[in-house]
Amino acid sequence: MKKLLTALLLAPAIAMASGAALHLDKAPDVQGDNAALQSGARTFVNYCMNCHGLSYVRYNRLTQLGLSEQQIKDHLLFTADKVGQPMRIAARPAEQKTWFGATPPDLSLVARSRASGDGTGADWLYTYLRSFYQDEKRPTGWNNTIYENVGMPHVLWQLQGTQIMNGEHKLELATPGTQTPAEYDKTVADLVGFMVWAAEPEAGFRKQLGAGVLAFLVVLFGFAYKMKKNYWKDIK
Amino acid sequence: MSNESKVDCGRRRLVVATAAVGGAGALVALVPFLSSMLPSERAKAAGAPVEVDIGNLEVGQMMTVEWRGKPVWIINRSKTMLETLPELNKDMADPKSDKDMQPEYCKNETRSIKPEYMVVVGICTHLGCSPSAKFKHGPADGMAADWLGGFLCPCHGSHFDFAGRVFKSQPAPTNLEVPPHMYLTDTRILIGEHKKGA
Amino acid sequence: MASNTNFEKYKSDGSLQGNLLEWFDARFPATSMWRGHLSEYYAPKNFNFWYFFGSLAMLVLVIQIVTGIFLVMHYKPDASLNADGIPVAFASVEYIMRDVPWGWLIRYMHSTGASAFFLVVYLHMFRGMLYGSYRQPRELIWIFGTLLFLCLMAEAFMGYLLPWGQMSFWGAQVIVNLFSAIPLVGEPLSIWIRGDFVVGDATLNRFFSFHVIAVPLVLLGLVAAHILALHEVGSNNPDGVEIKKRLTPEGIPLDGIPFHPYYSVKDIVGVVVFLMVFSIIVFFAPEGGGYFLEYNNFIPADPLKTPPHIAPVWYFTPYYSLLRAMVWPLFGIDAKFWGVVAMGGGVVILAFLPWLDRSPVKSIRYRGPIFKTLLTIFVISFFILGFLGTKAPSYAFFDVIPGAPVAQILSAYYFLFFLTMPWWSKIDKYKPEPDRVTM
Repeated sequence: MKKLLTALLLAPAIAMASGAALHLDKAPDVQGDNAALQSGARTFVNYCMNCHGLSYVRYNRLTQLGLSEQQIKDHLLFTADKVGQPMRIAARPAEQKTWFGATPPDLSLVARSRASGDGTGADWLYTYLRSFYQDEKRPTGWNNTIYENVGMPHVLWQLQGTQIMNGEHKLELATPGTQTPAEYDKTVADLVGFMVWAAEPEAGFRKQLGAGVLAFLVVLFGFAYKMKKNYWKDIK
Repeated sequence: MSNESKVDCGRRRLVVATAAVGGAGALVALVPFLSSMLPSERAKAAGAPVEVDIGNLEVGQMMTVEWRGKPVWIINRSKTMLETLPELNKDMADPKSDKDMQPEYCKNETRSIKPEYMVVVGICTHLGCSPSAKFKHGPADGMAADWLGGFLCPCHGSHFDFAGRVFKSQPAPTNLEVPPHMYLTDTRILIGEHKKGA
Repeated sequence: MASNTNFEKYKSDGSLQGNLLEWFDARFPATSMWRGHLSEYYAPKNFNFWYFFGSLAMLVLVIQIVTGIFLVMHYKPDASLNADGIPVAFASVEYIMRDVPWGWLIRYMHSTGASAFFLVVYLHMFRGMLYGSYRQPRELIWIFGTLLFLCLMAEAFMGYLLPWGQMSFWGAQVIVNLFSAIPLVGEPLSIWIRGDFVVGDATLNRFFSFHVIAVPLVLLGLVAAHILALHEVGSNNPDGVEIKKRLTPEGIPLDGIPFHPYYSVKDIVGVVVFLMVFSIIVFFAPEGGGYFLEYNNFIPADPLKTPPHIAPVWYFTPYYSLLRAMVWPLFGIDAKFWGVVAMGGGVVILAFLPWLDRSPVKSIRYRGPIFKTLLTIFVISFFILGFLGTKAPSYAFFDVIPGAPVAQILSAYYFLFFLTMPWWSKIDKYKPEPDRVTM
């Protein structure tokens, strides 16, 4: 059984490796937009965290997105009792394995691990979450155009509605969801933005600091270069 | 190399300036490395304030909770226990708690917010052992005949009273530490924080 | 010159510091080391851009050691799963990246430092090839250097296992399995290296031990030997002229200048420029486009699931291409074995360079068209081998030219370049070296 599952999981990977490059849609960049990232955090907690952990991110890290500890406690803290604890799922991995046959992966780093020559991890996630379609042949009833025979059902279908694969091998919205396509794209963009942030919460600060360090090095270069010139005027 | 006797002032200035800028940079570069040895987010989360329910703590009893890996005692002191405190003033090394071993709001006769509830870190100020409770009067707990009750450190024999004050001429230099704490309700104490939302 | 320990001992001027210094210098060769290696070590005055990379390699070594010390304070070499079902080692790296104050910076410096180390060392080695720095009397410096390169590869390979991601795990799995190709002893040898039947906790712990203690100690020792040997015979230069042949009456090389202050101030400029490039990567592109930190390594190691495409980190890829080029069994032994021989031979053959090169002159400035042409092709083919090493064996240029045979041809060229060198380096034209260095 385990082997079969592994084989099934591997099949799309092998297909991908030998097949042509994936066409990925460019994910909008929402880093630094706290409203968008907060909305992404809400979507993540409400839809994703039932199965997927974000176990490298502590709840109080969300204060970086402009939330107060009280807001986190009141609206987002469902799986822990202290804001210092990591964003774990309620179910334990071992239990999940018996329910689903496989453990849904932790998503803390998915925005980094899904990057490839075809696009960033954000592009992959943004495309993936908008590419589910109904497929009766699958046990979950869902399939995905960029992740063939995906194990995960379309968790956001109530928002997006249901897509089907039409005769020309294109996705088509069969029944609309509670959001318009534009609204749904925005929801996914925010969610993906949140996952990008969660994959490396220090990234924003890292770049700011980098600018400072480089400015310092330019100054140091000025002095060091003049000092070198001064000494080397001796050498003929 | 050329003319050693002629001091090149421009060169000297450049060396000093480069060394100063480079040295300042090196010092700043030390900050990340030294800071990385401070408590991490995980340690901070584990050392977060602890909420304790003291509703079931009976008069004359004590309970121990863990805060930042240290035992914190909460003693519900009886009237007789409290009465021993002024009596012992003359035997104490620091009867008025002048040394900074307690938050400002606990610098009083009973070293507590509410007279009956004593909250104190159960770590001897000598070398870090945890003293044992010797609550009974006289020799019942193996103490001297005039013992009024308190704590005895098993390692080097320091004596403390019911307010965690150390007796005179003991190895321990100061009274036991009172941690920052506050009452959330009448029966719930938060240990490790003075005010909410800090 | 360093061997000359007969520098005069420090004489006190009577002041307190002076007395202390005299006391110290009488018991420790402080003055003679300072003079022998810095203030009276005479280096040729015509060093160019290529001569920065030796001191830069030392700088990167220091960066790696310092950041490494701080990483070890927080990293845990443990393959068991934590409460979240994530290997402890993998989780401890993310712990460093998120929970340890400034841990992300220290880790990125270390991961970028690994790539920087190879970049600098490759350029340093190429400098040696350009100007014949390996030639008599510097053969031993070159051999120490080759050993340093081998140690560096071992250090990098074992360090790469520690994050315990998918690429860490499968990379180690593939490389350790190579040893099983050795006839007779191969299988037990690879089990002995792993300490298990697959790469596991035992492997992780011994790689950790080697990575943080054993190999760095050897590296430091070899660096000392490399520099001592260099200071014994003196530095080569872009003209390949021996500056010790022409001395002043005091016995100082006419074309030499004291390393300190002239090259110390010059190297500081090189260090600052290097730090700029280093910072740009650390702060703005720590993943290096997936070449410095591979994307699949953000997935914890899973012994049941191989990633679709495993490529080593960029600095190993030319040698990985040599390995893959061997697909024919020879003398009744597996092709796998000959792949290992090719990869190992590709490094070891460098050590023989001092005796393969028969040219009468050292520097490319005075060498003939055969050397220049063949060396250019060598560099290009090394790049292409490196590029192909990052790709799957099925890769084809422009979807037309298959990569595998190209890699085989270039691998053959790699070895032929060295093996036929005694012949072509002798028949090549050359210009006579000048008496003095040119600026």
